[in-house]
Amino acid sequence: MLFTVLLGFIVAILPAFLRKVVKTRWLVLLAIVPSLIFIYYLFQLPAIASGSVLKQSTDWVPSLGVNLSLRLDGLSLLFTLLISGIGIGIFVYAYEYLKKHRYIDRFFTYLLLFMSAMLGLVLSDNLLLLFIFWELTSLSSFFLIGFNNESEGSRKSALISFTTTGMGGFFLLAAFVLIGDIAGTYNLSELIDQGNIYYEHPYYPLIIAFFLLGAFTKSAQFPFHFWLPGAMKAPTPVSAYLHSATMVKAGIFLIARFTPILGGQTMWTAPLLIVGGFTMLYAVVNSLYRTDLKSILAYSTISALGVLTFLLGVGTKTGFIAAIAFIIAHALYKASLFLVTGIIDLKLGTRDISVLGGLGKTIPIVAFSAVLAALSSAGLPGSFGFISKDLIYEATLGSTIFQPESTGHYLLIGLAVLTNIGLVIAGFLAGIRPFTGTPSTKIKLPSKIYINYKLWVPPFILATISFVLGMLPHLPSHKIVDPAVTSIHNSITSADLALWHGWSVVLALSLVTLAAGSALYFMIKPSHDKEQYFAKWQVASPQNIFAGITDVFKTMSMSITNFMHNGFLRSYTFKIILFAEILFVYLLWQDGPIYIDYSQLSSISIYEVITIIILCGALLLLLLSKSRLTAVVATSVVGYTICLIFVFYSAPDLAMTQFSIDTLTVVLFVFVLFKLPPFLSFKNLKTRVRDSIIAIGFGVIISLITLKVMQQPFSSEIKDFYANYAYTLAKGKNVVNVILVDFRGMDTMFEIVVLSIAGLGVYSLLKLRLKSSEKE
Amino acid sequence: MSSIILKTAVRYLLPILLLFSIFLLLRGHHLPGGGFVGGLVASIAFVLHSFAHGTENTLKLLKYNPIRFIAMGLLLAACSMFIPILWGYPPMTALWVDRMIPVVGSIGTALFFDIGVYIVVVGAVLNILFTISLHSH
Repeated sequence: MLFTVLLGFIVAILPAFLRKVVKTRWLVLLAIVPSLIFIYYLFQLPAIASGSVLKQSTDWVPSLGVNLSLRLDGLSLLFTLLISGIGIGIFVYAYEYLKKHRYIDRFFTYLLLFMSAMLGLVLSDNLLLLFIFWELTSLSSFFLIGFNNESEGSRKSALISFTTTGMGGFFLLAAFVLIGDIAGTYNLSELIDQGNIYYEHPYYPLIIAFFLLGAFTKSAQFPFHFWLPGAMKAPTPVSAYLHSATMVKAGIFLIARFTPILGGQTMWTAPLLIVGGFTMLYAVVNSLYRTDLKSILAYSTISALGVLTFLLGVGTKTGFIAAIAFIIAHALYKASLFLVTGIIDLKLGTRDISVLGGLGKTIPIVAFSAVLAALSSAGLPGSFGFISKDLIYEATLGSTIFQPESTGHYLLIGLAVLTNIGLVIAGFLAGIRPFTGTPSTKIKLPSKIYINYKLWVPPFILATISFVLGMLPHLPSHKIVDPAVTSIHNSITSADLALWHGWSVVLALSLVTLAAGSALYFMIKPSHDKEQYFAKWQVASPQNIFAGITDVFKTMSMSITNFMHNGFLRSYTFKIILFAEILFVYLLWQDGPIYIDYSQLSSISIYEVITIIILCGALLLLLLSKSRLTAVVATSVVGYTICLIFVFYSAPDLAMTQFSIDTLTVVLFVFVLFKLPPFLSFKNLKTRVRDSIIAIGFGVIISLITLKVMQQPFSSEIKDFYANYAYTLAKGKNVVNVILVDFRGMDTMFEIVVLSIAGLGVYSLLKLRLKSSEKE
Repeated sequence: MSSIILKTAVRYLLPILLLFSIFLLLRGHHLPGGGFVGGLVASIAFVLHSFAHGTENTLKLLKYNPIRFIAMGLLLAACSMFIPILWGYPPMTALWVDRMIPVVGSIGTALFFDIGVYIVVVGAVLNILFTISLHSH
């Protein structure tokens, strides 16, 4: 199981490294990766269908409780099949779609990275591992949305989606840590076995809030839905794969996964019902007046995600069955609608349904797939969409939140019917409108368009599967739906999906939806005027509110940066020292009075007195000097006298190092002396007084701290440890050096890395300046 | 800055200072010294040479750009840090060859780590100073 996750990560590196060696047309072979994974998981079907759960664990960071543990149960199997199965089609399609793009190799790296991260997410058996994969999917999605990095819109959308899902990720992590802390384990299987042990815990509301924020941002629930329409800036295969079939369902997956752990309480179901219910209606209304095919699909996807959240909120077994069936149905028809849109966009250069029309004759095979997908989305009897729509109504009718036949109950049913009518229209708009009627005079249709099989086969297969499953519902029923529902509901389930349920309220609602949707479809004429009319209302949309909040943050950080970073070194030093002084004074104040133990002080020798006199003289010269060269010389005298003091107090290593450093500093000064701006003397008395107070204060504080250190009982443990073990363990007699290269060698390693970075920094700064002056 | 006295002095001082820096590096394990000080002394030697003969000539003498020294030193230090893994020890474990080598003393990963530090210090200091000196003219 682990290899299926790692395979993609490993192969993902290849296109980037082999771009010079490998010809572009070989990239289509990458579709082998999802194919292998798909076949592997197909073979796991019988075992999982019989009710077993496969687990695999490899130690990773056992001390933190993070292990590479994977768990394959019905729910993860469903998702792995969707990810790898749809992945095959997407890989083939994307190759043909982008084969002329400069960065196609990079694209496949991102896509493989995403696929593996997504597989890891659904297979993780460890909360922290799950979180890592969760963030990886956000990250790869960021790169894929911003793939056309020359367009500003793409970059902006990528950033918006990344910040939104990334923010959700933080909340999710907080929820995971709380859960793990309360349960005492981060292992998902153990958590599922424990069940909901949190509902009486005071943190339960907090956990649910954090958890749902994470899931809702990822699955684009209101008010976080706005990143998804923006994400449509990505190449169309990405929209089909990430932003409709798989990644956005990660939030749904997570809610389903945690239903046995956190669910079963009103506090859990109510937010799901409210947010899901609102999102599904809000988004579908938003999809109806749009003219861009991808926008229509984006909003209807958000609506579908709302439906899924809603169904999980219903919380009954039928609700879960409906959710699982709808995940399958939606992934199949929405992915193929997206892929069809991509073909239209690629061949005609427009996605505007107010001008598109009559394509049925020019590209019949694509039209056929689109119509099939649209019919499945509308829930025509015989399609899998019909079965899932039936189940949605059945679940809504059977919901136990409100009393049967109460107002609330009817409200829920009304909500579901309205949403589904909207989804029927949206599906028809995207799948049928471009292919029927007559095209607008604004575009010229070529009489015949050649479409490569790599483009039309994937949507064709996906749309056909919708109908195959719809005709033979018992195929997925036992092998896929049952085990998936079992892992949500923790009881053996038999969904018994069937084409014909007999005459019932559910069937009536289904037929009403289909009829009303079709009727309304013929009445709606998408136009730009309508779109602009609705755009006026967007001022109060969540996107603008979030953008406003971001702007406030931006201006705030800009003003802070401008205050702190005014470009004068002296001002930085001033601020840093002042801040340190405030901290130190506070600490000294807290720590109580200082005593000086005179018995501990050693007598002062004549050498020390002389050195101090030289030091003071040099300092005085430094302060009074009128030229920079004198100041440099005086500073170096200060440095050398300090070296002498180190020698007196038997720290030869330190003295030697300080001596060399001082020499080199003087050299450095000499090199840059002529480059520096004219010597500034601060005649301004006020500045001088201010600076001297700060400087003297700092000196006094450091002295006080030194006295304070002496006041502490001197712990000789550390000293003894190094003295005793320096020779026996590290075979060195010089304790200082042994500490540097052995006991604390890791520190030294990082220090030399920092030193190297500083060296490279100076180098690149100066080189950079040279280049820009060359340009001038 | 072209002075006959300095040029003549540097002819003798450069090898002596370099030898001294290696001496400091090697004795560091038992007596005051070590890779860091050794590296600084070696850099001072080269800086002195650049005073007498000009930075361009010192760079010719060095043969490699100081940036390469940084890379080599880091590589050496990192290798000596991770080599113990091959014997199943955690990284940074000091491994020593049992036999003593004349002049150098005992040889172990810590010595190579120190040599790495030495080279990085020489590379970084010379890189900073020479870049500045070449660009300040």
